[in-house]
Amino acid sequence: MTSVDRPVMQKKDYKTDQDVRWCPGCGDYSILNAVQGAFAKLGKQLHETVIISGIGCSSRFPYYMETYGFHTIHGRAPAIATGVKASNPNLDVWVVTGDGDAMSIGGNHFIHAMRRNVGLKILMFNNRIYGLTKGQFSPCSEQGKVTKSSPLGSVDYPFAPIALALGAGGTFLARSIDILGAHLEDTICKASAHTGTAYVEIYQNCNIFNDGAYKGFTDKDVRDERVLHLQHGQPLLFGAKKDKGIAFDGNFRPYIVTGADLSKAFVWDETAETPAPAMALATMSEAEFPVPIGVFRRREKPAFETGLQGQVTVAKSKKKETIKDLLMQGEIWDVK
Amino acid sequence: MDNANSTTAGLEKGIQDLDQVVIRFAGDSGDGMQLTGDQFTRTTALMGNDIATFPDFPAEIRAPAGTLPGVSAFQLRFSSFDIHTPGDAPDVLVVMNPAALKVHLKDLKKGGILLLNTASFGALDLKKAKYEKDPRTDGSFAGWRVIEVDLEARTQEALASSPLDNRAKDRCKNMFALGILYWMFHRDMEPTIKNIAQKFAKKPEIVDANLAVMKAGHAYAETTEIFQTAYRVPPAPMKPGTYRNIMGNQALSLGVVAAGHKAGLQMFLGTYPITPASDILHQLSGYKHLGVVTFQAEDEIAAVCSAIGASYSGSLGITSTSGPGMALKAEAIGLAVMAELPLVILNVQRAGPSTGMPTKTQQADLMQSIHGRNGESPVCVIAASTPSDAFDVGYEAVRIALKYMVPVIVLSDGYIANGSEPWLLPDPDKLPEIPVHFAPEGKPGEKFMPYSRNPETLARPWARPGTKGLVHRIGGLEKQDITGNICYDADNHQHMIDTRAQKVANIANDLPPIETIGPRTGDVLVLGWGSTRGAITAAVTRLQKEGHKISCACLRHLNPLPKDLGDLMRGFKRVVLPEMNKGQLASILRDKYLIDVKSYSQVNGQPFKSHEILDYLTKSLSASQKEVQQ
Repeated sequence: MTSVDRPVMQKKDYKTDQDVRWCPGCGDYSILNAVQGAFAKLGKQLHETVIISGIGCSSRFPYYMETYGFHTIHGRAPAIATGVKASNPNLDVWVVTGDGDAMSIGGNHFIHAMRRNVGLKILMFNNRIYGLTKGQFSPCSEQGKVTKSSPLGSVDYPFAPIALALGAGGTFLARSIDILGAHLEDTICKASAHTGTAYVEIYQNCNIFNDGAYKGFTDKDVRDERVLHLQHGQPLLFGAKKDKGIAFDGNFRPYIVTGADLSKAFVWDETAETPAPAMALATMSEAEFPVPIGVFRRREKPAFETGLQGQVTVAKSKKKETIKDLLMQGEIWDVK
Repeated sequence: MDNANSTTAGLEKGIQDLDQVVIRFAGDSGDGMQLTGDQFTRTTALMGNDIATFPDFPAEIRAPAGTLPGVSAFQLRFSSFDIHTPGDAPDVLVVMNPAALKVHLKDLKKGGILLLNTASFGALDLKKAKYEKDPRTDGSFAGWRVIEVDLEARTQEALASSPLDNRAKDRCKNMFALGILYWMFHRDMEPTIKNIAQKFAKKPEIVDANLAVMKAGHAYAETTEIFQTAYRVPPAPMKPGTYRNIMGNQALSLGVVAAGHKAGLQMFLGTYPITPASDILHQLSGYKHLGVVTFQAEDEIAAVCSAIGASYSGSLGITSTSGPGMALKAEAIGLAVMAELPLVILNVQRAGPSTGMPTKTQQADLMQSIHGRNGESPVCVIAASTPSDAFDVGYEAVRIALKYMVPVIVLSDGYIANGSEPWLLPDPDKLPEIPVHFAPEGKPGEKFMPYSRNPETLARPWARPGTKGLVHRIGGLEKQDITGNICYDADNHQHMIDTRAQKVANIANDLPPIETIGPRTGDVLVLGWGSTRGAITAAVTRLQKEGHKISCACLRHLNPLPKDLGDLMRGFKRVVLPEMNKGQLASILRDKYLIDVKSYSQVNGQPFKSHEILDYLTKSLSASQKEVQQ
């Protein structure tokens, strides 16, 4: 990759001259760091990369990346990014969004990006709260959440974002966590390699309005017991000694296996055609089971923009027509 | 008969020359009235008449058969002189059932011809049309010439040997009526024969049946004694050149494609199906070979957003819609204003508010287009005034959007979109150039300034992602001029608000003087915009012939307005403005020029009739006289 045209990239090359203005201690800083690390590792060229965001704390992201960036309007980033990618498939197009932006006001664009398999890499910072508007419950907040707009606890049931994306036909679905820098960087690299829509849900701590949302499984002392690393071709094992596993019954209901039953642990296949195991993991109770991170699903499927531009290419080769030809169509007549 | 040919020869009855005829076909929405009208139009255009058409159909695809809401109509007017509208009252009304009769008979000119399909006048048919008595027997038709034909029986006879089943045969009955009219108006059947053969090329039995029925209708009119006279309308004198008949949506589509081609850009249409704009998507989706990309989005918002994304990436982003869709797109258009990207929004207006009457026409989205966004959010607004004018307006929209890096809203309406007229084809080589200058690659060490401006237009540079040395960030937040960095500074915000407004105002520098019909001074100036042009022109030219000091002008550019508009208006004692809304442009003009523009408003979902405008203007003229005497 090293040449005059494609110089080796370093993390600092992606930094802009703008001061980063997230709250001190915000999980967004470590995500920015991981993205810059992944981009440097992948040798992404500044001018070939476009980052499009919606509205919210996370959507300030483009201002901090020395690439092309477009900070758009609430929820619409996938729609704008679709226009960018569909009209110029050579661009490397990333969407940065939050759980309010993507799951609530932009839910429609999110599911349709998944359905079409547009070549977008969508990073959704999920802090399970509205941060920029100062702390209302989000569509990913747990039921009963007490916030400024739900003093008696929210009545809403939350989305399971990976399950939503899976139902919408997503072809690459992964999850990582802000504080797991190496895992996050690796996950971003995997998303980048995918053809079609890649969706990465990133658990991100909002230390102002929802501090400790993920503490129950991310704190160092509980992490090994509470986090399940999905590894392609490996059994679903967790615990410091990998002495516990996840198995499924005939209805794809998960249960924990230990001891002699450990061999029953399900062998993870991220490329499986059936969405059932991924759906089971995406919807299993956070209280009863460990929280899965890694790649839930990775399926090869032609990308939307390839099909769209492919039709144009074929049509151009099959039919040559000038504007004059076009105007002269139908029944024409001359007046002398 | 000097212009007799194989299909009109053998005419032995009396022939009468007319200078114009208005025909209206009316029937169930499944009766093929639009197709019948379309065939008559094609033939008539090819015969050299001037022609204008007005389809008027229900929103329901197939409302219950025989009911009043299910009536679909197609009116056309053809002439031996230059015409501006599809006519007010029909001379000939063809009705396929009692419901069509009930809806349309009141419009038929006294002494006009009523061609009635008697096959569907059973008790049930009458009941569905809410007739208590058979109108054929109660004297309802006094004053009209009535021709009763059992179209179904005649059609079945003509197709006695056809392999089609009875239902399919019945569907050909509109062609019998068409055959009769072709005889009555001395039309050539050849274009229809060719067109039907082409249209149903894969179903030869359908072609045979349709043509057999049309010829049978023609022969029937020629041989029966019901028809005493045939009529002839000589060709109209028209400017030399090559013509085709064109509908507004078609012309608008061709206009933006021609402009995109001239600019050397890939065109990207992001859109969502909506009546009456969907035909733009249908048409453009067939132009892939010309590099046109069409994207049917998940909703109106995604439609405009994808077009903004396309423009951001260096394509020509276009979106098409109608009123309810415009409402949904508002926030995104504001983003394009802020990001200062070229964007063309085609709004084929329909009757609102809310869902309103989707297939009926209106011009009530003007205020919405000019002002309908949060904040001070200026865009350019232009309007098409006739089906063929939509080509020039589509072209102009692209030119302005690219030159000024600004969203341009094009207003058309249902009347223009589905109406048709002969179009003198332009020479594509002579269309104005549309230069596009993308920002060139940046030099190492030099920082790109996304909001540095062209001093003349105030347009910012168009930096295509993928270009080295131009990486930058833009967005909906207020930004510092030149650098584009986020900026909350009070003076800067005032400066940016003023700059965006001035940029749109600068568009007026390009505009030629307003074209008027009649002198630039006088008693009454009739201003119009959009599809009222035809009715206004017809009324004003008639009053001019009677010696009145009246002129008219149709405004294409509505924001910014042409610079000479104020002076033009001040040259008249009175300015009147007919609009298919509650006086929106009139309000804008009063506000901007402090001139007491008289609004003549009609908002009933129908285009103005020229006689209505004529009556109003006659009153205006006498009022302006009185004012002078006082």
